[in-house]
Amino acid sequence: MSNDGINKGRRTFLVGLTSAVGAVGVVGAAVPFVKSWQPSARAENAGAPVQIDISKLEAGQRVVREWRGQPIWVVRRNKDMLEGLNKLAEKGVLSDPESAVSSQQPEYAQNEYRSIKPEILVLIGTCTHLGCSPTLQTEATVQLEHGGFFCPCHGSMFDFAGRVYRSVPAPTNLVVPPHSYLNDHVIIVGSEEGETA
Amino acid sequence: MIQRLLKGSIDWVDARLPVVDAFKTHMSEYYAPKNFNFWYYFGVLSMIVLVNQLVTGIWLTMFYSPTDAFASVEYIMRDVQFGWLIRYMHAVGASAFFAVVYLHMFRGLMYGSYKPPRELVWICGMLIYLALMAEGFLGYVLPWGNMSYWGAQVIISLAEAIPFQVIPFVDGDKAAAMGEALTTWVRGDYLLSDATVNKFFALHVVAIPLVLVALVVLHILALHEVGSNNPDGVEIKENLDENGIPKDGIPFHPYYTVKDLVGVVIFLMVFALVVFFFPDMGGYFLEKPNFEPANPLVTPDHIAPVWYYGPYYAMLRATTFSFIFNAKTWGMIIMGGGIAVLFVLPWLDRHPVKSIRYKGLFSKITLWLFAIFFLALGYLGTQPADNSFLGLSFTTWAQIGTFYYFIYFLVFLPFGHRFEKSKPVPTRVTGGKA
Repeated sequence: MSNDGINKGRRTFLVGLTSAVGAVGVVGAAVPFVKSWQPSARAENAGAPVQIDISKLEAGQRVVREWRGQPIWVVRRNKDMLEGLNKLAEKGVLSDPESAVSSQQPEYAQNEYRSIKPEILVLIGTCTHLGCSPTLQTEATVQLEHGGFFCPCHGSMFDFAGRVYRSVPAPTNLVVPPHSYLNDHVIIVGSEEGETA
Repeated sequence: MIQRLLKGSIDWVDARLPVVDAFKTHMSEYYAPKNFNFWYYFGVLSMIVLVNQLVTGIWLTMFYSPTDAFASVEYIMRDVQFGWLIRYMHAVGASAFFAVVYLHMFRGLMYGSYKPPRELVWICGMLIYLALMAEGFLGYVLPWGNMSYWGAQVIISLAEAIPFQVIPFVDGDKAAAMGEALTTWVRGDYLLSDATVNKFFALHVVAIPLVLVALVVLHILALHEVGSNNPDGVEIKENLDENGIPKDGIPFHPYYTVKDLVGVVIFLMVFALVVFFFPDMGGYFLEKPNFEPANPLVTPDHIAPVWYYGPYYAMLRATTFSFIFNAKTWGMIIMGGGIAVLFVLPWLDRHPVKSIRYKGLFSKITLWLFAIFFLALGYLGTQPADNSFLGLSFTTWAQIGTFYYFIYFLVFLPFGHRFEKSKPVPTRVTGGKA
């Protein structure tokens, strides 16, 4: 065999083509390995939207459910609680009374009550400071004159819309999770398939 | 008769696998400079610690269970015969690994061991350091104590600070969603959970150790290709005798194997002292909140990394400015930059002299200041940020330390030689009295 007949161009083309096909194969083969790191079907299931029945929730009461390992609070606020919100906003003791930090609530909860329906409050019950779970204070205290939530870990305080007080360690309001109403009595947390207005 | 049999079998193997050749190349005919000093123990010591970690680690996997993480560690500590010893050897070994590696790196910094032709030795070493940091973090999460949980929470949430908005057509909201998707991918769940521990376990006991061992092999192969540096920074290969052997070199085996043995014995004595009497080092090796199981609802009062991440954690926290990106993102960039800058060290150092022995006063002062600031950053990284010292808050001190760290690498190393007069470098190695 002599080397005279070598077609260099064809050789380069074939090497290039083989490498390209090989690279596509490597990327394809990597997909299952990368994908397996995503939440499994079981984790997805645990992270799936949860439905919360609020038909038996009385005014002034709270229910706690779990969604994605976090406590979800649903509070049916009474008239006093709602009135307290406006008074606090006027007094200037809140750090973000207008809910201007948009990451803390969906757009449909960016209003004076931080909720879809004025009386129904839905919150993720973990402090925005370091993730402790604040306690419910329905009675007025010296610091929380209209009641609210008090974090026992570092003393952060929130009103009945989850709005943070000034001069506490927590930087932002409590988070309102994405949620919607399947009907008047059932809230679905983690999904916006129902009514959000 | 027996000798002939032995020789016969060695010859038989050697004709098929070059064991004798390899032994000669890397041991009995690898010529190392004869003037190695105290600082040259830390390379072999890191090998010893690596072996300790591999052996104790394999033994721990026999009793540890990632789905029952905290309880299985308690089982090892209380019920498994000598389990406490194996676990303490592993936990103290992790700290010992970083201690000897930091000293080993400082040796390189002093004697210019990263300078040509040893750039790849240094870069392989840096990759080892990086793999070691990953290995340490993953291992720290496995006992699933409360500090494991919250430490992992803080570190994984760093992914959310990656500034994806620099990518064209990605706005702030999309960038946040990408960060969140990345953290979900790393956790394998929407929160830190069993899925995360299982994944970290696999990475900690299989993936990263494989990478580490491979990198150690490359590190040594690269070193033995170019030959060891020495405290004088003299290239011993430039002075060969008539047989082509460096005049200032001695065979690694038996000279340095025997010498290293002394260092190893002393190191093991110190190591045993810590393992038996101070295994948690007052909270620096094993932090107190980690004696409680992981609790997503209760955060430890003060989240601190283990001491060996201190300097870089201090840099992360010291970053409080925001400009285009927020402070958290800048903190991550600066922390990453602190490590990245070490990778290009061989090209940053433009001093004509290799060893600190023959560099001028400016280099000496800036190097020791660097060591002091690095230790200070390490301390600050483990302390609450609101303490103060000499009227300045710890945050301010960390900012000063971070500033010096970067100035040292980006200004003093490249340009320092212009501000000083170096001593003449000898052509042959000295006895250390220069």
